[in-house]
Amino acid sequence: MAKPMDQYKWHELTVGCVIEEVGNAMEYKTGDWRSSKPVWNREKCTKCGLCWLFCPDAAIHQSDEGYYYADLDYCKGCGICARECKPGAITMVEEER
Amino acid sequence: MSADKGMEVSIAASVAAKLARVEAVAAYPITPQTHIVEHLAEIVANGELDAAYINVESEHSAMSACVGASATGARTFTSTSAQGMELMHEILFIASGMRLPIVMASVNRALSSPLSIWGDHSDVMAARDTGWIMLFTENGQEVVDSIIMAFKIAEDRRVLLPAMVNLDGFSLSHVIEPIQFPSQEDVDRFLPPYAPLYTLHPDKPVTMGAYAMPELYTEAKYSQEIAIRNSKAVIKEVMEQFSKDFGRKYNIVETYNIEKADTVFMALGSINENIKTAIDLLKDNGKELGLVAPRLFRPFPADELVEVLKTKKKLAVFERVMPGGAMNGPLYNEIASMVVQNGLDLQLENYIFGLGGRDVEPEELIDVFEQISTSAKITHADNKNYGVIGVRS
Repeated sequence: MAKPMDQYKWHELTVGCVIEEVGNAMEYKTGDWRSSKPVWNREKCTKCGLCWLFCPDAAIHQSDEGYYYADLDYCKGCGICARECKPGAITMVEEER
Repeated sequence: MSADKGMEVSIAASVAAKLARVEAVAAYPITPQTHIVEHLAEIVANGELDAAYINVESEHSAMSACVGASATGARTFTSTSAQGMELMHEILFIASGMRLPIVMASVNRALSSPLSIWGDHSDVMAARDTGWIMLFTENGQEVVDSIIMAFKIAEDRRVLLPAMVNLDGFSLSHVIEPIQFPSQEDVDRFLPPYAPLYTLHPDKPVTMGAYAMPELYTEAKYSQEIAIRNSKAVIKEVMEQFSKDFGRKYNIVETYNIEKADTVFMALGSINENIKTAIDLLKDNGKELGLVAPRLFRPFPADELVEVLKTKKKLAVFERVMPGGAMNGPLYNEIASMVVQNGLDLQLENYIFGLGGRDVEPEELIDVFEQISTSAKITHADNKNYGVIGVRS
């Protein structure tokens, strides 16, 4: 998106609101929907990658050391990673803003 | 221009779609629309028309397939009636919101319950605010011509909206009428191939039908509203072009014998031919009554109606649908709003007639017309708003 959604005038929209710029959902940072964030305990993490696999927003990435972390620009705090983590290495921690 | 050909109007409608060189058809059969899609299936199967004929399991799927086909840039046609239109209802909004120029022959039929396969306007009136352009037709020739015009209107870059050509179930769809078919060359000249603005194509990917947050939804719907409002100018232009190219004159508002008449009638669809007959019979008795027939219902041609109605004293609006608890029928409500906003001094009457296929003969209309034109204000037995013609009580 060239500018934030609330700055578009009606006549600036494309016909049928077609999105010509593919993949621009990346510009929409959904991380601010979050009320709690996943925190990894590296002592318990086995680097199995289930959290990465289950994240519905592809917001989990792997670091060079092989550990996983959430991109907080997009993580909505759904907690699926914490629920699916077999060794129980992920805790959802409430955030205050 | 070929000579007149006697043909069932449904078959003629499918020939019109063929002349428009439709590229995709998705439809599900329902009475009284069946013959249209049946004959189109034959035309495609015989190799007379190079189109994808998509067989589906319901009207919901038919309209969904039309949305997909139109999004790829194919000239897309469908047809339905009554319950089928209701099953399409959700997708009708999607087609207009995505600005896809699908054309539908809407063969008007009563809605269940009670179950009725016969004609009235309860299906189209339930779909009146779906954002589709809506044309109404009085006879088979108008059906053929309107289908061809509908594609040109819908596909115009200044419009890009779906269009519905309404024809009355049975009283139009199943009658045999003399039809003049334009030649393929003339239609091709009038209606060049569809040049879509956007298409679903892997070479240039786009997203269609995406999500709008509260920050954008109002602007999105407003731009769509402006598009349907502005389509009126294009519709006029296309009708003018059609009149020039094919010699049959079309206007968004038609009139009949209104010059000397103080009292005029208004209705949509094939009943207008009966109304004209009744007007002729009354004229023979020295009574001057007129007809104002909107050929276009969406966008509503208020300015053009004001122009022909501003000098009239009384207008009776006839509608083939029960108001469903509204003050009056949907056409009357538009007219009342038009009269108030334009400050017209026009006395209004509203009549409901012809529900579920009930015939209204010119003779019956004459009685009602005489009553309307001679009484100061008609009071209906149980309701101060509208009368119901022929209801037994």
